[in-house]
Amino acid sequence: MVTTSQHSGPDAIAHREWSRHTPKQRWLRFAMFGGIVLATVWSLSTINIIWPWLWDAPQQMGDLFGRMYPPSLDQWEMIAITLLETINIATIATFFAVFLSLPIALIAAQNTTPNKVTLWIGRFILVSSRSVNTIIWALLFVAIFGPGVMAGILAIIFRSIGFIGKLLGEAIEEIDRAPIEALEAVGASRFKILIYGVVPQVMPTFFAVSILRWDINLRESTVLGLVGAGGIGIVLQGAIDTFAWQTVATILLAIIVLVIIGEALAAWLRKKVI
Amino acid sequence: MLRIKDLVKRYGKDEPVLKNLNLEVPGESVVAIIGASGAGKSTLLRCINRLVEPTSGSIDLNGTELTTLSGTGLRLARRRIGMIFQGFNLINRLTVMENVLSGRLGYVPTWRAVTRNFPQNDIDRAFQLMERVGIAHYANKRADELSGGERQRVGVVRALMQEPEILLADEPTASLDPKTSRQIMELLRALASELHLPVLINIHNVTEAKEYTQRIVGMRFGRIIFDGLPVDLTHDAMEEIYAGVPAEERGETGEADLQREAVS
Amino acid sequence: MTSSVEKPTGHRTWKKPSFIANPVVRWTVIIGVLAYVWWAITSLPFDWDRIEQGIPRAIRIFKGAFPPEFIRGELVIQGFLESIKIAIVSTLFGVLLSVPIAFAAASNVAPKWLYHIGRAIIIIARSFHPVIVAILFVKAVGFGPLAGILTLIFYSIGFVAKMLAERIEEIDWGQVEAIRAAGGATFITMLYAVIPQIMPRQIGLAIYQLDSNLRASAVVGIVGAGGIGSTLMNAFRRYDYDFALAITLCIIGVILISEAISGRIRRNIW
Repeated sequence: MVTTSQHSGPDAIAHREWSRHTPKQRWLRFAMFGGIVLATVWSLSTINIIWPWLWDAPQQMGDLFGRMYPPSLDQWEMIAITLLETINIATIATFFAVFLSLPIALIAAQNTTPNKVTLWIGRFILVSSRSVNTIIWALLFVAIFGPGVMAGILAIIFRSIGFIGKLLGEAIEEIDRAPIEALEAVGASRFKILIYGVVPQVMPTFFAVSILRWDINLRESTVLGLVGAGGIGIVLQGAIDTFAWQTVATILLAIIVLVIIGEALAAWLRKKVI
Repeated sequence: MLRIKDLVKRYGKDEPVLKNLNLEVPGESVVAIIGASGAGKSTLLRCINRLVEPTSGSIDLNGTELTTLSGTGLRLARRRIGMIFQGFNLINRLTVMENVLSGRLGYVPTWRAVTRNFPQNDIDRAFQLMERVGIAHYANKRADELSGGERQRVGVVRALMQEPEILLADEPTASLDPKTSRQIMELLRALASELHLPVLINIHNVTEAKEYTQRIVGMRFGRIIFDGLPVDLTHDAMEEIYAGVPAEERGETGEADLQREAVS
Repeated sequence: MTSSVEKPTGHRTWKKPSFIANPVVRWTVIIGVLAYVWWAITSLPFDWDRIEQGIPRAIRIFKGAFPPEFIRGELVIQGFLESIKIAIVSTLFGVLLSVPIAFAAASNVAPKWLYHIGRAIIIIARSFHPVIVAILFVKAVGFGPLAGILTLIFYSIGFVAKMLAERIEEIDWGQVEAIRAAGGATFITMLYAVIPQIMPRQIGLAIYQLDSNLRASAVVGIVGAGGIGSTLMNAFRRYDYDFALAITLCIIGVILISEAISGRIRRNIW
């Protein structure tokens, strides 16, 4: 019987307890929540924040956006030129980075690297490239070659090699062994195995990663100018320094449009190619 | 008492899926709805608890008109209607007990739902029902660790936790093997009589429908074309319900099915 | 049929079918790409003199940078602590704010008007590089970690809310139907049928974002938003290249450690 008869008798079965977690689970959860809360409290209480500035922030932001309206087209020519420059930086740099990262990916993948030494050289190159942000690379190249597009392109190439090389290297390590064995059985040389066995398998990843990186590089190129490395960032920095907020608004809108078009193009290319 | 009058459901501008459908289910009866896929069985059930919005017509459950409800009214009506799903629709990552208690979500206040702090009465009822169907020892297991038959039992208990006035079962056995599927049908029949509950079962397996229910409703192209006792479901009536459907898809499982079961 | 292999009856040519079948389109694409590359490269202000001057300057910088100078370690540690604090606070608030935005931006649970608002927020947050956002916040709230925190909250929303919204759009809808059928209100339905399904992804994203914010905090500091980036920028401005190299090496070390930790935690959860 489903209807309750258990509560009637004197020897009725006691209520059965149920709770979501066992005591151990509950303590674990408390500990985790406690940890998060402690970390946050520690961060907020020791960080050097001037609180009145935070309370002031909404008004300041409102003020800033107020001064941005309406966007001004005064400098549209300069904006258009640097926008084009931004696209060029991203595209050329991705182009070179893709070719430079190919050999590095090959020596950084366990199954295609000639020996242990080359494996570690390959990994070292990838790690150092990846761990330094594009902006920091740009700072370095601006210091060396002076401000300009050149420094920007180099910065993006140096950062992209690590990204593309790592993902490509992983793809090479994950390839199916069976076709390679078949080619070995046919008697193909190492290089021929590479061309016929490895390349076709990593081709989709190669295109996907290149397109993805181009999309990321487009975003990164928009800020290179802030450290003097070319692109629309230079105009943006100039407008901010001269408090030309209406021009800043135009530039920000232009960047949104650029990035959205870039993302749509990247998505379309990915669908086309893969 | 469930009373459906002139029910029409039309998706967009297509041919209606349900065409002026009339059906009455008086208390305490187990009714099977059979028909080829696309006949509108599932749409009919979902119109009753308004997971699908009916286009026109009326659905009356024990004096409440369901088609005009919205917001809180609709929720209060839904908790009076239990539903069992073909794919079980359990919350996989939650425990069996939480899944069972989720049948009470129409009743408990929000803070209890958030803190998982359900009233002791609900927990008692949950354990009783779980013991009745034989899954009480799984209370703290995650729902996705259970087998198909056990999961459907959780689904049944969840629906019963609502203290429903009617139970809707949408192909409750279609994802189960023949043996488990019979156990679930047996369970539904037994629970219906123990709890004095009308049960409306969509089912494609005509053999099971005949065996476990007291009344069979045959649908074709959104209309009811047969309504009667299992014994009255003659060969001719079957022909009419399933005309043009290949024999193996009619769900008439006889000797062959039992043999297959014995082999597996 | 088999005899034709042994006795070829005539030469049949075979060429690998081209990537783009239509020759007109193919050559248009190839010529277009080449023309663009040529134009883009030639239009660069490529100046051999500058490169020539640059090489000795590079040598000077690297000479100045070696050996890296770790003497002012305290400054580095302070910078890192500030970066870590910025990362923790911004991840917490960023992830919390992302949840409602993700629900708003998921087409299967949000009404149409809300969906467009949610998507718009995500697109705007994703379009701007954190450095641009940081500059604006520095102008609005002044130099220091507060600008960094606000920037990274904004940055976190762009990524976490987007990924979470995609996960919400992929949920098993049957579970939602089940709770609805039991009479659960909208909020309760989200809590019971949606949250359990997206929870693993949410935790994974939060850990990923903490790692990501730590990296980004090194960058936004360059424009004055606090953290180790500010320390680096100051060293660079004073031509303290040995100190700058030391900081950069420390940043690399911390990023590698943080990546390894977050990678391990996420593997255990997923």
